[in-house]
Amino acid sequence: MTLSAEALALYQDAVESLASNSPAWLAGLRRKALDRFATNGFPSPREEEWKYTNITAIERKGFAVATSMGEVDPAWIGSLLLPECWHLVLIDGHFARDLSHPALVGDVVFCDMEAAKLRHADLLAEGFGQAVDVDHGFIDFNTALFQGGALIRLNPGTRLEQPIQILHILTQAAAIPTRHLIQIGEEAEATVIESHAGVAAGLTAHVSEVLLGKNASLKHFIIQEDHQRAFHFGGLYVRQETGSRLAQTQFALGGFLARSEIHVTIGKDCETLLDGLHWANGRRHLDTHTRLVHAKPNGTSRENYKVIAEERGRSVFQGRIVVEPGAQKTDAAMNNRNLLLSDDAEVDSKPQLEIYADDVKCAHGVTIGQLDPDALFYLQTRGIDAESARQLLLYGFVNELIEAVDVEPLRGYLHRQLDRRFHAIPLEENP
Amino acid sequence: MTDTLLKIENLHACVEDKHILKGIDLTLDYGQVHAIMGPNGSGKSTLANVLAGRDGYEITEGRVWYRGHDLLAMPPEERAREGVFLAFQYPVEIPGVSNIYFLKAALNAIRKHRGESEVDAMDFILLVKEKMKRMQMDEQFLYRAINEGFSGGEKKRNEILQMLVLEPTLCLLDEIDSGLDIDALKIVAEGIEALRSPERGFLMVTHYQRLLDYVQPDVVHVFANGRIVKSGGPELARELETKGYGWIEHYLEAQAR
Repeated sequence: MTLSAEALALYQDAVESLASNSPAWLAGLRRKALDRFATNGFPSPREEEWKYTNITAIERKGFAVATSMGEVDPAWIGSLLLPECWHLVLIDGHFARDLSHPALVGDVVFCDMEAAKLRHADLLAEGFGQAVDVDHGFIDFNTALFQGGALIRLNPGTRLEQPIQILHILTQAAAIPTRHLIQIGEEAEATVIESHAGVAAGLTAHVSEVLLGKNASLKHFIIQEDHQRAFHFGGLYVRQETGSRLAQTQFALGGFLARSEIHVTIGKDCETLLDGLHWANGRRHLDTHTRLVHAKPNGTSRENYKVIAEERGRSVFQGRIVVEPGAQKTDAAMNNRNLLLSDDAEVDSKPQLEIYADDVKCAHGVTIGQLDPDALFYLQTRGIDAESARQLLLYGFVNELIEAVDVEPLRGYLHRQLDRRFHAIPLEENP
Repeated sequence: MTDTLLKIENLHACVEDKHILKGIDLTLDYGQVHAIMGPNGSGKSTLANVLAGRDGYEITEGRVWYRGHDLLAMPPEERAREGVFLAFQYPVEIPGVSNIYFLKAALNAIRKHRGESEVDAMDFILLVKEKMKRMQMDEQFLYRAINEGFSGGEKKRNEILQMLVLEPTLCLLDEIDSGLDIDALKIVAEGIEALRSPERGFLMVTHYQRLLDYVQPDVVHVFANGRIVKSGGPELARELETKGYGWIEHYLEAQAR
């Protein structure tokens, strides 16, 4: 949908002010992106990829881009920052220096986007836009208007012991476009956690780009706990070189309408693991769209998405796997397990396989159902009442995914969040 | 303890219009172990499940008295809290919920029902570890998800472990011996024997005599076609073992004549 003149004017000024503060190549990209956005607007439900997630509400809101940082309670921020991690905090897209650890330089570069423009312009220019393989309104909006973000760069062979946590806080009813560029050099290893939380009904419009060098390894987490009236778009675009490994896990727990897009271009001998949870309760609409392109031979990919849809919640999962000609010996499996727990909840699941090679293994499975009555009965025969038994099974459904998180501080955090949700039965962490 | 532990009167049960139990009468006293034997499909497991309160059975006739209370009127969790325990033929796997949490939640639910306080965390660990030792289970089982990835024998030992921790009054054992090798069978039998007491009763459903070599029953009932066709002492089980279930058919035919 074409943008109205008023809406466009709103963004034009912002882009010009950002462009004046960007290197020439980026200023050019911003202006081109805005032109495309002016013509196309945000994606329409008429487009196949957006069929189940109607974002006209976002368009109607006409969010202005946040120009300053809102006030936040430092104690609350403290509760969101994970121990034993290297922190970078963005409030309304602006770098919160006081709440962040010092930038890293050397074999590991980790800094906010402003610092990156000043000190690592070459790295930025080299990697920017290299992993994004789609073009739609949210990406154009982001490219034109992104302000804050982070640059992570690991030199070849570097192993980052401490996980990086980038915390995004949203405090105002405005659009917050942020962008990260993550470059992991050959044989290098890192863990990156992107956390999103907020106190206002704004719009997150985030893009992360990841370039994984030969035999590099990245553990990547997205913890989405936005405000219950907030809108969220989060795109993760990854390019994997030969022999690299990506393990991505997403917990979509918040927001009013949240769309997560994960696209991975998979090289030779690569491993790609995607896990995720949608907890669509209340009136929450959660959408995850994955697209894995097996571009070279001998890649392995596994996707496991679990969904709880209850009350008036809605979950959308679209999983597309493309096996390109020549990507022989690809081994891909995708699984989507949905618990549909109320009459008013809705689940849409759409696996799509496009296979252009003949020697491949490609499997997909979708289940939509209720809690296992045999398991409920089993718990009841041990004295646990029906409602607690139901809660315990839901707890187990989520906890299975949390137990698989091999970053201890994050696992601990998720356990505490889970226990809070199940306050009816106090749960304890396993030693 | 003036009331009988378990008194089943003319119990009829159907599943989806299929008549499975066709008039069961059985009285189990405190301190007794009764074995229920019979061919597949004779209704033995149905009886155990009906007593534990599984959904999907329609009780068309009859009553069940448990310590003087109407058992069939209680939801499954209330039966459990009142001391009824079913060891499952196929214990259910529950991913994401650790054994120890489950055991503690179960024990506390039962204690709360009795008006007792929650079990002390330290006491609980000690209690469970002692029982695990008896069942020859490694402590790591405590922190694994309920039955997930357990072998058949491990699942059955886990059932008896739960029974040892919860100390029920009426133990229903549904083919606890199926899928067990001889060593596991001995461990399971010892677990059962350890709980045998004058304050407690057992109803053991089994297909084979083997278990009864280790847990000597007071009474053996032979099921066929939804009825108890013969009751007797332990010697009845041995007779069945020697003659096979075909003997029951002949016995019934002879009776009919």
